[in-house]
Amino acid sequence: MRMKTLLAGLALTTALTVPELAMARPVTLTTTLKNYGGNGAYLALYVTDASGAYKGTLWVAGPKSKYHSHLSSWQRASGGNVAGINGITGASVGAGRTLKVTVDLADALFDAGYKLHIDVAAEDMRDSPSEVVVPLTAAGAGRPVAGRSYIQTFSYGM
Amino acid sequence: MLRWLHKVLALSVVIPLMALVISGSVLSVMPALDRAGAISPPADGISMAELAARTASALPGVEQIKRLSSGKVVAFHAGTDGPVATVVDPSSGEPVSTYAPSAFERWMTNLHRSFFLGDGGRMAAGAAALALLVLTLSGLQMTARRMGGWTRLLDRSRGGTMERLHADLGRLATPGLIVSTFTALVLSLTTFGVIPDGPSQAPAFPATAPNGPALPLAGIDALRGIDLSQLRKLTFPNPADPTDVFQLSTADGEGYVDPSSGELLAWQDHTLGRQIYEVIYMMHTGRGLWWVGVLLGLTALGVPVLGVSGTALWWRRRRTRAPIAANAPARTADTVILVGSEGGSTWGFARTLHAALTSNGHKVHTIAMDRVARSYSAVQRMLLLTATHGDGTAPASAGAFLERLDGNGAPSPVPFAVLGFGDRQFPQFCQFARDVDAALTRRGWTSLLPLETIDRQSPQEFARWGKSLSAVLGEDLALAHVPERPRTQALTLIERIDYGTEVQAPTCVLRFALPHSSAFARLAGRGWPQFSAGDLLAVVPPGDTLPRSYSLASSTHDGFVEICVRKHPGGLCSGQLHGLRPGDRIEAFVKPNPSFHPAAGRKPIILIGAGTGIGPLAGFIRANRGRRPVHLYFGGRDPESDFLYRREIQGWLDDRRLTSLATVFSRVSGGGYVQDRLRADAERLRTLVGAGAQVLVCGGREMAAGVKETLGELLVPAGLTPGLLKDEGRYLEDVY
Repeated sequence: MRMKTLLAGLALTTALTVPELAMARPVTLTTTLKNYGGNGAYLALYVTDASGAYKGTLWVAGPKSKYHSHLSSWQRASGGNVAGINGITGASVGAGRTLKVTVDLADALFDAGYKLHIDVAAEDMRDSPSEVVVPLTAAGAGRPVAGRSYIQTFSYGM
Repeated sequence: MLRWLHKVLALSVVIPLMALVISGSVLSVMPALDRAGAISPPADGISMAELAARTASALPGVEQIKRLSSGKVVAFHAGTDGPVATVVDPSSGEPVSTYAPSAFERWMTNLHRSFFLGDGGRMAAGAAALALLVLTLSGLQMTARRMGGWTRLLDRSRGGTMERLHADLGRLATPGLIVSTFTALVLSLTTFGVIPDGPSQAPAFPATAPNGPALPLAGIDALRGIDLSQLRKLTFPNPADPTDVFQLSTADGEGYVDPSSGELLAWQDHTLGRQIYEVIYMMHTGRGLWWVGVLLGLTALGVPVLGVSGTALWWRRRRTRAPIAANAPARTADTVILVGSEGGSTWGFARTLHAALTSNGHKVHTIAMDRVARSYSAVQRMLLLTATHGDGTAPASAGAFLERLDGNGAPSPVPFAVLGFGDRQFPQFCQFARDVDAALTRRGWTSLLPLETIDRQSPQEFARWGKSLSAVLGEDLALAHVPERPRTQALTLIERIDYGTEVQAPTCVLRFALPHSSAFARLAGRGWPQFSAGDLLAVVPPGDTLPRSYSLASSTHDGFVEICVRKHPGGLCSGQLHGLRPGDRIEAFVKPNPSFHPAAGRKPIILIGAGTGIGPLAGFIRANRGRRPVHLYFGGRDPESDFLYRREIQGWLDDRRLTSLATVFSRVSGGGYVQDRLRADAERLRTLVGAGAQVLVCGGREMAAGVKETLGELLVPAGLTPGLLKDEGRYLEDVY
């Protein structure tokens, strides 16, 4: 799956603090799930700042909002205020499958204490809020990390 | 309309429906299996604080404790190779086994709810559930109509084996199917957000972060007040996040618990909508109510049987009804022909009438009497052609007609004419036609023509009635009926035994070889059918078109076709049959006679017959391989001459296929009739009937009437009558 999205909300919030707004680049987020032996997983990929405050959502895999409460860290961080996710929602991700999305991220988000979080939930299985939490750094690009329960590897590449 | 809906819906969803009900039945046993594997909690309960503390010490790093609907307690924690789920003993918190949800169950679940086709499949499954609900309700309505109204819905069903199976199983499965399909629809509609499911609304995450070090688990007050039985899920705070708290979800609601103060920080009860949704979910899946699951699963297993029996009924009806060419739709018909037929010959006359009226420009709709609609928008007249079955009762396709007239499904009055078909040799000649004519007149219907009768399928009489009808309609109507000769097969005589010549009752038992049918003929429905004793062998004598029926004294299983024929003076067919020598052939076919067969089971059977009436009774005894109690009463003229089946009966007594034999002969000194023998056995017969015995009577009219009267007298002390027994299907007659 390959998607190209402009992260409007995130760009806007960073615009207030970071002058180099115009400098943005496409970043590919690659998430490969383990064969956890269950139905397709719901995922939320979102960003918090150095103080842990929610900044914006990059991607939501899983279209039915009634199940979004299982992505509890994301829900809590965003205060449930996720009305703007219309264009950045896709299908749930099957066990063993890979989710690949490309988003435009401002340069200013890198090496500035911002963290990327992934919440995962699957039907009849344990919810895994903040399954992955990685700092956004230029050096960390392309370096795979593993999640706690469901994610085999996650990496972001520029 | 209702039947049409039932049929079309059933035939169009039969395949997805089979997948749904079979997977549903498999899934239905899962809650029971899960429950069997669960360890029961301590009898006096255990608080969540206690269980959390014990689990945490047995499994350091526990992240979440869940109580499944089966009662199993599962702890999620970090293992050496990533996260692990472990089933723990609810008393000690000690690990019992690894928790691994069944891949088979998940596969079945996905088949059941979406046919593996995502949202499209979920919609299809929801639609199939709706179809099954409509099928259940329309089937129930049709059954009620057939039984003669909703108040009689639970009466004993009538009709052939297949019809009874369909109706009985359908009624048995109805409550379960309504629960299954209704809950399925609710679940499906909530999945698509059409109706709200009262989403689990956790209260807002508490703003105040825990202050100070965490208390020991056993000391957390908010968890001490909650018993394990109330638990859904307890999530421990993330040790890496000092602001995190316990998340608690119980049967009543959900909230947060402060790990440092041990207090409840926020709480939200489940909404009513949520509670309703959970009950519906539980009723559908049986999760948390395993016996409901098992009951619904058993009910669902009835659906494939209903599907097969329903398809067979539809196919059979289609085959017998198909020959009505150019049947006009009910709503445009100006003339409706209603047919009451037992063996199918009345349908032949109806076809002739239908064709003649149609060629005169009428729009004619011809159906069975039982299928009459409540109203026809364009109808101007209704013509009822009906035979009479047995002792003046309704033929197979009109069994519920008179009851329909009394019930809420009664058709609206239109000008009508009744034409009865029968045989004047019977005292109740065309009795059912007379009853129908009288019932319609009583209800204020206008008669177009007085009741007419046709004796022994006479084409001349039928043409005469056509003239009367022409006069009423004011048009020329020519009814030239050529009786259709049924498809017959040649039977070769292999053995004959003669009796009764000395007492002027020449009778012979004729045994024919079972005709050989090719596999193709059988598949095409043209082979010699399965038959059992009590069915009829219709013999077509050479040079005649009218078949004569004889009761079969054997079953397919016996490997031969046997009848018992008395020679009548001047009788064409009986004379020819008596002239047969082994190797000679006759042309014949089988007519099913479902109303004269012993009921299944172990209850005793009383067989009463005289003369050739012993034929089917002998067949029943021969087929009694299960050695159920069977008592035979047989009447003849002289034991030395017309004691039919004498040798065989002795053999059946010896091998206990026959329990007891009582004979009586009229032309010996001190002799009498079979009624006299019954009277002498009054006490014994009362006992047998009291024990649930079924009575089957076969013989001539007078003998049957005498037997009925005698049994009526001797059952008085037991508070029973042959009529009451008849209503229960425990008094069957085959009279000629």
